[in-house]
Amino acid sequence: MSDLVPSAQVDVKEVNRLIERNDEDNTTIFGFWVYLMTDCVLFGSLFAVFTVLRNNTFGGPGGAVLFSLPYALIETLSLLTSSFTCGLAVLSAQRKSKKQTVFWFVVTFLLGATFLGLELTEFHKFIAGGNSWHRSGFLSSYFALVGTHGLHITIGLIWIAVMTGFILKRGINGLTMKRIRMLSLFWHFLDVVWIFIFTIVYLFGALHA
Amino acid sequence: MSSLTSENIDILVSQHQPENATLKNYVIGFVSSIVLTMSAYLLAYYHAGGRGLLFGLLAVLALIQFSVQLIFFLHVGKEFSPRLKLIVTLFMMLVVLIIVGGSLWIMYNLNHRVMPSTKQMVQYMNREDNL
Repeated sequence: MSDLVPSAQVDVKEVNRLIERNDEDNTTIFGFWVYLMTDCVLFGSLFAVFTVLRNNTFGGPGGAVLFSLPYALIETLSLLTSSFTCGLAVLSAQRKSKKQTVFWFVVTFLLGATFLGLELTEFHKFIAGGNSWHRSGFLSSYFALVGTHGLHITIGLIWIAVMTGFILKRGINGLTMKRIRMLSLFWHFLDVVWIFIFTIVYLFGALHA
Repeated sequence: MSSLTSENIDILVSQHQPENATLKNYVIGFVSSIVLTMSAYLLAYYHAGGRGLLFGLLAVLALIQFSVQLIFFLHVGKEFSPRLKLIVTLFMMLVVLIIVGGSLWIMYNLNHRVMPSTKQMVQYMNREDNL
């Protein structure tokens, strides 16, 4: 394959144009990465608040009473699987397969929506039982931390829906590919944050009994 | 430019491309994340081992999974130099470490040194009322 191409046939301009376009895309994606890292700092502060306040239950129920570990595990697995299927969507997009990309984004959306549904059901159960954010410092910090994550998931779901429509309309080209890469970074990032919510809020909460 | 071969051009262009994801990476990331999640869950569910040890183990498992997902899902550390993505990521970790570590350090010391016990507080309030 390494046969020399006569210099006349090498379109230097075309090569340079490709490189320039890729560099521009990389800068945009890097900028988005920097945003994600500042978001990490936001979550870091919320984790600090939660850890400081976790024992301030003010006579109300603590994590060991409220949280159900199997329930949290199902939430975790659905989000983790959606992160994987989002990766499969990126792979399909790299292969320029529009159908498969749309299919995997739909799967990702459904798994993400399942996760959000489970989370909101849990919130509803707590609030209906009189354990809303008014109850104690522990619950305030719990709702702030997990709620902020849920808000990100909601935005991610909207983004996935819009992206899917965009792919259906425009197909897979340089522009959609760039956006797909940023969306996948966002979605994987939310799963990374959830690792720590699962460990620190739910698993550590069970040990505090 | 006369020494350009079709292979050279591919390499040249690919060096300027965002990191290409591969199926192998995603499968490795997914399977090891599931294994790590399940082992953390089972450890916590059955309260295996002492409490101190368990906290340590769960924290280590979470950090391993964090690194796994960072490498295999978010492709950190797979770019060509200058490795700006890696640098920004490490800087984020430093900032988070300072915020979280610093907050916990200060707050636990405050609780320890300043916060009176309930009994002391009641005594103090009674004394204030009597004045």
